[in-house]
Formats: sequence, C-alpha cells, structure tokens
Amino acid sequence: MKVVIDGITKTFTDKKGHKVTALNQIDFAIGEEEFVVLVGPSGCGKSTLLSIVGGLLSPTAGSVYFDGLSDQQAEPRLGIVFQEIALMPWRSVFDNVVYGLQELGVSKDEIKKKGQHYIDMVGLTGFEKAYPKQLSGGMRQRAGIARALAIEPNLLLMDEPFSALDAQTRTLMQEELLTIWNRTKLSTLYVTHNINEAVYLADRVIVLSRHPGEIKEIIHIDMPKLGRDSEQYREKSDDYAKQIWELIRHDAEDALKEG
Amino acid sequence: MSSNRKYIVNRVAFLETKVPRYVPFAGIIVLIALWELICRLGWVSPLYLPAPTSIVAAGWELFTVGNFMQDIGASMYRIVLGYALGASVGIMIGLVLGFSRWADAIGSPIIYSLYPIPKIALLPLIVLWLGIGELPKVTIIALGVFFPVVINTFSGVKNVDPTLVKAAVSFGSNHYNVIRKVLLPGALPVIFAGLKLASGTSLLLLVASEMIAAGHGIGSKVLHYGNLMLTTKLMVGIVVLSLLGLIFNRTLQWLEGKLLPWK
Repeated sequence: MKVVIDGITKTFTDKKGHKVTALNQIDFAIGEEEFVVLVGPSGCGKSTLLSIVGGLLSPTAGSVYFDGLSDQQAEPRLGIVFQEIALMPWRSVFDNVVYGLQELGVSKDEIKKKGQHYIDMVGLTGFEKAYPKQLSGGMRQRAGIARALAIEPNLLLMDEPFSALDAQTRTLMQEELLTIWNRTKLSTLYVTHNINEAVYLADRVIVLSRHPGEIKEIIHIDMPKLGRDSEQYREKSDDYAKQIWELIRHDAEDALKEG
Repeated sequence: MSSNRKYIVNRVAFLETKVPRYVPFAGIIVLIALWELICRLGWVSPLYLPAPTSIVAAGWELFTVGNFMQDIGASMYRIVLGYALGASVGIMIGLVLGFSRWADAIGSPIIYSLYPIPKIALLPLIVLWLGIGELPKVTIIALGVFFPVVINTFSGVKNVDPTLVKAAVSFGSNHYNVIRKVLLPGALPVIFAGLKLASGTSLLLLVASEMIAAGHGIGSKVLHYGNLMLTTKLMVGIVVLSLLGLIFNRTLQWLEGKLLPWK
C-alpha cells in the first residue's frame, strides 16, 4: 500500500483578484509504515497540502490516491489530527474518541473496547467522562490523537498537532507520539514548521519552498526511529537540522518581511 | 525591618464577591411587603391597586369555588402546543438554512421579510382564515415562536467552528449526521437564547389571541374582569401569568443545563 500525491497544484485568487499559486506540481508518495514530515516556512502551503491529502480541500490540478488497498475496502480511511484539536465541546473524551467508530457503524461492544484501548494507549485512562474544556491542551490533543487512531486509518494525518502546546508538553508529546507510532506503525503525513521535530520524528523530511510552494528537497533521515534524542545521535540530528535550516532560511526570511 | 514589608493584596477580589443565598428572595419579599403596607395604609384605592393578601384570597376563591383551573388548562394547552410546534419547525428550518447555501439563498430573504411583521397584526387575518377555535390561537403562537427560533438557530449554526465540521466529515459523517451531531449541538446555546426570547412572545400572543375571541383562557378572564372593574380578580390573572412566565423560563433553564453539560 502506498499513498501517491500526484501533481498537486493549488491556486487561490486573492482579494485583489490576483492568482496566487500556493502549491505547484507536488509529487511524492508515502509508503507503508512510513512517517513523512512536511516542513517549510509559513506560507509554503504545507497545511494546504495536508488538507488536500485529507480530503478537506480540492486541488486545482492533480490528485491523491491510495495504491494497493485491499479490494474489500471501499475507500481509504483517513485519521486526521487537527492543529485546532477540534474536539466537540459537548462530547465527553470517550464520546469524542469513538466519534469515527460510531460513524463507521461499528457495534456497541467493539466501540467500547476500541475506545478504551486507544484512550489507554494515549494515556487518558480515567478521563473518559471529562469534557474537553476540563482538560489541559496536552490532554486534549491526546484525545484528538486517540480519535484518529481509533478508526485504525490507512493514513494518519497530523497538522501541526503540538503547535498550540507549550515547549515542555510538546517535547513529551513528541516522545509519546513515537511510542504510540511504534505500536501502530501507521503510514503518517505530519506537518510542522519545527525543524527539530521533523528530524526527531521523520523517516523522510520533505522540505517545501514558498511562492510557489514546491518541493525543494526530500531528505531521508538515516537514524533508528527510537532513541534519536540520545547522545550518540546528537551530532547527526544537528547536521540534518542544519541542512534543513539552510534550505528554508532564505524563504523564512522572506516570509518574515511580508509579515 | 518588619515594619518595612509591603504586602501584595488581591485588588481584584471584587470579581469574586460572595452574596448570601437569601438576598435574591429578600428583594422580592421587601417589594411585596411595601406594596401591602401602602394598601393597608389606604394610600391607594383597592379599585386601582388591591393588596397582595386580598389578591391571594381572591385567587384561593377563584381556584376552589370558581373554575379558574379550566381557564389555565385551556391556556396551557394552547401555549404548549403552539410553542412546541413553532420551536421544532423553527429549529429544523434554521438548521437546514444554516447548512445549505442553496436553502440559505432561497429561504433567508423570505424569512427576513416576514420576520418584522408584528404577529398581532396577523391575528384578524388568521381568524378570518382559520375561524375562532383553537387552531388560530395555536397558529399565531407558533408563528410568534417560529421566527426568533429560526433566526437564532441559523446564526447559531453559522457560528459553529468549521473545523468541527471538517473533523466530523473526515471521520465519516454524512451530511445528515453533520447536521445532527455537529451543527445542532454546536448551535444549541444560541438556539436556547432564541427559545427564551420566544417564551415571552408566546405569552404575549396567548393573551392577545384569547382577548380577541375565546370563552376560556387566562387572557379572556383578565379582559372580562377588567370590563367589570373587578380589579382583585384581574390581578389574580396577572399574577398567574407572571408565575406561568417564571415557570416557563425555569423549565427552559433546567433543560439548557441538562442538554448543555459541556458548557
């Protein structure tokens, strides 16, 4: 199974009627059990690209497709983790987590079982009945992740999932995400503007440029998935981060000037 | 050294001022007591303003000897039916208008051009169409409730975070489920604002329609006693209406608490 992003182009018309190319001819594929991270400066269209892959936005040209799904499955399942977390405030943690399962028409017993399984996996045991408002940002995003995992998706999509969290929570959540990922081994597309996060999580980092958003470089991260924060990989991680930063720097400076 | 310490005090404690629980009741009781006092002292004639105690006595008589219960029953029937009808249709149409751009484009201009018409002005027309039975009264109440509810539902739906809709669709919701599981609960706080607004309107239209043509009902009795200058009995009707409004609001508040535990 692989997910193919085939010639995606997206143009917007701005307020003055000018055509703006947000994404231009994006081609890549996400393999089975592969963790792909999109990085780029603000305004490079990385979230736009994720929305298109997630079926939340139509491309101007090009297509996204799954290759080699089993014949029984009518359509691919996408588990999206939103930047804004997007939990229904009126649903308890448990009811939020099982939302996708309910919509899949899964039996009540299985909903109960799977819901609890993924709540336990993300470390929300005991908070099943709480409302999102009663939780911290980190806990909320755990629920957001559990909701996406619960449908056992063919592709996990994460749009800057930790950007609303403070730096310490963020570090912990990254570690936890890796642990969870190691258990589920889901094909994943992850968007971030944080280079260290990208190097820490990715099998492959796709660096995007801006105006227009194009693939600047694809970098294979040649380190084991777990333990990249250990001393022995520090230098290698730094090298990768430096390499990516060199690629992005110029665009990021431009982005800053434009505000 | 200790004399030099500068302590920081909470200068925003006023935000958390505690008020004893009896204070809200005390306000009402003091008002009623003043009213009673003014009447007892003979400062105003009972023809214009009867004392609270005499209103209670007249009320007791109306309920036990007279058949005031029948009037209340008739009024309750009309208002509950009219309100339920107007509210449920209003919520449904509001949801559809909020969800579908087509429905919005077609329906909103129609609704917004009918909305400003004072519903009382339609009463003679509705009597002309539907006669003087129960149907016109229920209809006018339903109409009066429909508009604030439909408009609030619509704006409530428009205020639902679009990311939640995207989240729901990405997790497999079809359009019907988006409306039922996302837009309806998301709009519910604003819908309740509309329902509370409509409760006042419904009482007003109840009384107005009963004054125009009805044998029974609180409104017809208020008008009847007014014509006979039986002020004390008239006041019983008014007090009952006030209590009815209060119960109405409390019920809605209770329902809101039940349906919106996440707020």
